[in-house]
Amino acid sequence: MKDLFAHLRGAVMSTLILAAVCCGLYPLIVFGVGQLAFREQANGSLITDPDGTVRGSRLLGQGFTADKYFHPRPSAAGNGYDAANSSGSNLGPTSQKLYDAIKDRIAAYRKENGLKNSDSVPADAVTASGSGLDPHISLRNAELQAPRVATARGLGVEKVRALISQSTDPAGFGVLGEAGVNVLRLNLALDGL
Amino acid sequence: MQTSGWLQLGLFVVALAVITKPMGLYLLRVLDANGRTWLDPVLRPLERLTYRLMGVDSSKEHDWKQYTLAMLLFSLVGCVFTYAILRLQHLLPLNPQGFGALSPDLAFNTATSFTTNTNWQSYVGEAVMSYLSQMVGLAYHNFVSAATGIAISAALVRGIARNGVRPSSGAAVSEVPGLGKVSGGSLVSSVAAPGDGRTPVMTLGNFWVDLVRVTYYLLLPICLVFSVVLVSQGMIQNFKPYTKAKLVEPYKISVEKKNDKGETTLGADGKPVLEEQTVTEQTIAQGPMASQVAIKILGTNGGGYANANAAHPFENPTPLSNFLQMLSIFAIGSGLTYYLGRMTKNQAHGWSVWGAMMVLFLGGTLLCWWAEAKGNPIHHRLGVAVADGNMEGKEVRFGIFNSALFATVTTDASCGAVNSMHDSFTPLGGFVPLFNIQLGEIIIGGVGAGLYGILVFVVLAVFIAGLMVGRTPEYLGKKIQSYEVKMAMLSLLILAVSILGFAAWASVSPWGLAGLNNAGPHGLSEMLYAYSSGTGNNGSAFAGLTANTPWYNTTLGLGMLIGRFLMIVPILAMAGSLAQKKIAPPSAGTFPVAGGTFVVLLLGTVLLVGALNFLPALTLGPVVEYFLTAQGRLF
Repeated sequence: MKDLFAHLRGAVMSTLILAAVCCGLYPLIVFGVGQLAFREQANGSLITDPDGTVRGSRLLGQGFTADKYFHPRPSAAGNGYDAANSSGSNLGPTSQKLYDAIKDRIAAYRKENGLKNSDSVPADAVTASGSGLDPHISLRNAELQAPRVATARGLGVEKVRALISQSTDPAGFGVLGEAGVNVLRLNLALDGL
Repeated sequence: MQTSGWLQLGLFVVALAVITKPMGLYLLRVLDANGRTWLDPVLRPLERLTYRLMGVDSSKEHDWKQYTLAMLLFSLVGCVFTYAILRLQHLLPLNPQGFGALSPDLAFNTATSFTTNTNWQSYVGEAVMSYLSQMVGLAYHNFVSAATGIAISAALVRGIARNGVRPSSGAAVSEVPGLGKVSGGSLVSSVAAPGDGRTPVMTLGNFWVDLVRVTYYLLLPICLVFSVVLVSQGMIQNFKPYTKAKLVEPYKISVEKKNDKGETTLGADGKPVLEEQTVTEQTIAQGPMASQVAIKILGTNGGGYANANAAHPFENPTPLSNFLQMLSIFAIGSGLTYYLGRMTKNQAHGWSVWGAMMVLFLGGTLLCWWAEAKGNPIHHRLGVAVADGNMEGKEVRFGIFNSALFATVTTDASCGAVNSMHDSFTPLGGFVPLFNIQLGEIIIGGVGAGLYGILVFVVLAVFIAGLMVGRTPEYLGKKIQSYEVKMAMLSLLILAVSILGFAAWASVSPWGLAGLNNAGPHGLSEMLYAYSSGTGNNGSAFAGLTANTPWYNTTLGLGMLIGRFLMIVPILAMAGSLAQKKIAPPSAGTFPVAGGTFVVLLLGTVLLVGALNFLPALTLGPVVEYFLTAQGRLF
């Protein structure tokens, strides 16, 4: 019994002390260092207009549907690109619902971008991402959308391609992960022309 | 399976091998009550103060019962602490979004989930949890449940390594190679009477000392550095309310029309009336994420700050952050195998255990990668590019390879963070994480949990080898007798019974079927994965399952408690029994626990036990689904 109470005191006191250190001191230090050294990143890598209006985050995708914009991946976050409700579709490989959705998206993608019915469609263009907030599309996806955007804006395709490569995040050190085109940055660059 | 994938895999394995030894040597110092580290000038005073406030004598060691009691009481207090925070969230500070209290079943599920190092999440983090709940209620357990796991593995290793003869003098001084003389403290408990001298009560260390030292010297310093690196990559760390961004292109959505009272308006056909709304803003969730993610990963907890976990661009912004996260998941567990080698003065044994783990790791990674790169034939027939693989639920910046690797790593360890949605994997791609969990997460494994998990299999393997050659089985000079084998089997059977029992119950119950997001064999996989993940203390999910219901929350909570504590107690009992045994010098008949034969035997034991327990259920889930996918069958 004496041991029990001794251990109970240890349990209660250690909970309080460790909580103070690990959940008070530690996150505050990280907060301080983060805000001093990496202010932009620590606050969400926000993109703001000259007047200070927040237009989004460099790291988070947004929905686009007009022809003059590059289209991001389908999103299962809330009603689409809800950055307070991240989610994938969680539909499995034999899901009828996923099958129907991909079928419709492929038809729409081919129509928008003038592809033949025999042309394969980039997988990322017709599948929902893990977070529903994927800021990127694949290089091939961007390449296939370039003529449509160029026509809608009356620009040369070469000009659009140049912006694509400017908005491409390369693989880390050339080997880690995959290169992707940041759709929001690309569309803002197009609007800024 | 592209070249860049092979390069990254090579890079990952090499990086892991390189950090294993330094991590092991550092662990050796941290897990020695008198070990010296270069952080002593800062942390020693804090450590001493902590002991004083706790009323703990750090020079006294515990026998296995004392050690277990301390661990259980500590876990209980922590669980109640978090339950209270979650239930009182609406009254507590740091809640700029004004989130309400959690329901009792959700708070129970979440508190047990984080206490047991599972981090199963029935909730959507950014839509339910206040900053205080995340930072204190949840991140607290990310630290201490990891420290608890490491402490227990150290206790077991001490039980194996210590020679069960009462030393003549009080203090034993042992030579630790590379470190010089390290005082090991008294081996005999001065709390409990050592008995009549013939049966000394052998001790396993002091739980409080292990807990505090692992937290202060190991977890906190690494996390401080790691979280700042993560912030530099784009991870958020702030206390701002959620940001409203003005969308570049507003869009229209159809939503159910609500009347003034917030009720859905029904049309003449009984269906909700839809109306168009224009969305002009994107609400961007904020919060103190980086400090929590660092320990979530390093401590193999895995509970995402955001719902999408490490797939969320804030929570895993770049391929570099992704690589570092995967490496951190394995870092401590890998170092613990080196610690095992050093402590048992048989480094080849430590590396052999590591080698067996690597074989299983590479097997799982290659199968998962191959299946995901091959993609889904059903979608290929619709016109999806074959070369792109299965991208449903995956992020472009990680691609196929890093998604498959992360899925394997997170389930090899008992982490459960995900950077892609396992529910949307191809049948064989999803089979890998599921089977990894069912093997008991012993492939590197959760911090500490992986080591004590694999040592159970080592004991069994040695026992089987002993039976085959007709000798009394010995492990590192200690006789493995019926008590040890019973305890080892108990901890394994509890796992299987909880997983299969609960999954079977759910699959024939209305409450179980109501939560499914997918029908057919995939639905069974969702339930099987949930209880495997809960009992295995992993925390990842086939996340389509709607588990935030009283039935699921409660049964999963029980599964987590069973998988954690009913596994730990027999293991500590085994450690206590081993600690008392005298180490016999090796003889010609001793079965070597290093080298190829041992690795093959260990692998055979792991795979055989896993297959016998779970293949029937897996056949009805992922395996049958694989053949149905080839046929093009939909549900």
